[in-house]
Amino acid sequence: MIRLRCPHCGLRDHSEFTFLGDATVSRPGTEAAGDLARGGAWSDYLYLRRNPRGVQEEFWHHGRGCRAWLVVTRNTETHEVLDTRLARDRGDRA
Amino acid sequence: MKAYSAWSVFRHALTGNRHWPRAWRDPEPKAGYDVVIVGGGGHGLATAYYLASVHGIRKVAVLEKSYIGSGNTGRNTTIVRSNYEQNANARFYEFSLKLWEDLSLELNYNTMFSQRGVLDVAQSEGMVERYIRRGNAMRLNGIDAEFLSPAEVRSMLPGIYEDSACRYPIHGGLYQPRAGNARHDAVAWGFARAADSLGVDIIQGCEVTGFLQEGERIAGVRTNRGDIRAGRTGLAVAGSTGHVAGLAGLRLPIESHVLQAFVTEPVKPVIDTVLTFELADFYISQSDRGSLVFGGELDRYSSYAQRGNLPIVHDVLEAAVTMFPMLGRVRMLRHWGGVCDMTPDGSPIIGASPIEGLYLNCGWCYGGFKATPGSGWMFAHTLATGAPHAVNAPFALDRFERGYTINENGAGPFFNLH
Ligand SMILES: Cc1cc2nc3c(=O)[nH]c(=O)nc-3n(C[C@H](O)[C@H](O)[C@H](O)COP(=O)(O)OP(=O)(O)OC[C@H]3O[C@@H](n4cnc5c(N)ncnc54)[C@H](O)[C@@H]3O)c2cc1C
Ligand SMILES: [Zn+2]
Repeated sequence: MIRLRCPHCGLRDHSEFTFLGDATVSRPGTEAAGDLARGGAWSDYLYLRRNPRGVQEEFWHHGRGCRAWLVVTRNTETHEVLDTRLARDRGDRA
Repeated sequence: MKAYSAWSVFRHALTGNRHWPRAWRDPEPKAGYDVVIVGGGGHGLATAYYLASVHGIRKVAVLEKSYIGSGNTGRNTTIVRSNYEQNANARFYEFSLKLWEDLSLELNYNTMFSQRGVLDVAQSEGMVERYIRRGNAMRLNGIDAEFLSPAEVRSMLPGIYEDSACRYPIHGGLYQPRAGNARHDAVAWGFARAADSLGVDIIQGCEVTGFLQEGERIAGVRTNRGDIRAGRTGLAVAGSTGHVAGLAGLRLPIESHVLQAFVTEPVKPVIDTVLTFELADFYISQSDRGSLVFGGELDRYSSYAQRGNLPIVHDVLEAAVTMFPMLGRVRMLRHWGGVCDMTPDGSPIIGASPIEGLYLNCGWCYGGFKATPGSGWMFAHTLATGAPHAVNAPFALDRFERGYTINENGAGPFFNLH
């Protein structure tokens, strides 16, 4: 079991959370609407991933807990969790 | 290559099976090849075989970081089928299934392909409608499909749960008689031996650590055993695609996820077909040795670890004893995980990459074993001619930005939901 330290709920089993994926992709604004061409912001956001073998920042949702969105820094090869924080506190993007 | 035959089996038995020749050579890498394939799983080996046999391109190397078949080829549950609804998938997987039907003869190697059928059990009325629709789509593509009544399903499965004991009564099933399974290792070994006999170098213990860039082109690979030049370089590294493509600076529509599988101690024959229970995220078959082989869902978080987590073990075993209460006393032998290259539409990518000289065979999710001969055939065609075959053209990388995704189950662009 991977355990994530939710800032609200403490150390919890990963089965309480839902994984969304890479937290370094950012959702484009409406001005990019319709732009799906190569390198286009929406196509990048929807489909392209760094998919690193190693440390990745990723979104997890504490659906069976406080329902907050978290940004978890985790190693995809060892499953070691390096950091957990509220996505809200990042402020910039989501 | 000395062909295997009933006579050779008999002759070697007389001498205690001590004099069988090596099945393939163990060559040192050369300075360069016409084509270098990265990844010695079934797909890479099949590609090399068809490059040599169909296209006469024999200066080919397959580079494998570990031993051949050590990736998902040797970790999968070996279901071979073509029961797809989308035209592109149906045509491609049926092409592959036809190759399976003659594969043992073609390779002079027993792949133990057994057409014992695949039965998708419908456990709700909505599933009945979906399965009939998929069956009709299959038939329109010339693929065998039959819809079975609840009584027919029950008569095939003596050990299955009673309707009264389960929340989900059996409503019927979609059956593909020509589907089945095969011996996974034998597929890698058979292709390796046949490719080697045509002059392909299979180089094990050779890890690609980077690419030789010449201007905008990729002109070969860097490995732990030196640089190797290549006219064209093909990636067939399944779960490692994100990492290896990253070495060339590419970001792809792929996220790596772990899928687990399970096997029990051998028991007498109880299940003579391949069964899927979509509602329970569970599927099962029985190997020729008698072990029950089964599995379920992805662990659902991205991972490059070839091992899974306990919540899935719990879910899968729970489904196993619910569908087949008789399994409650059977002992587990082992379970393991493999890293799957998941795409956002659940379909593979076979074709050119945005970088000249580099070609991609990836995105097999958890369904690429059945594709092995078809994928090799199509990738060889693409590498030999520089352009895709009509059957693999829909699986081009740019389908995502063009809006032509091939989304069999209709889930959105989420890698872990396919
Ligand atoms: C548990 C499980 C069950 C499955 N069940 C089924 C099933 O029932 N039916 C089905 O059709 N499919 C199934 N699949 C999917 C199927 O196993 C794969 O899609 C298929 O085997 C992929 O074959 P491949 O040759 O592309 O990859 P692999 O067999 O994984 O080969 C890739 C090879 O590349 C090598 N490699 C990686 N990086 C490098 C490098 N840098 N340099 C050199 N070599 C490298 C690896 O060592 C590996 O041997 C399952 C998968 C899993 C994990
Ligand atoms: Zn919480």
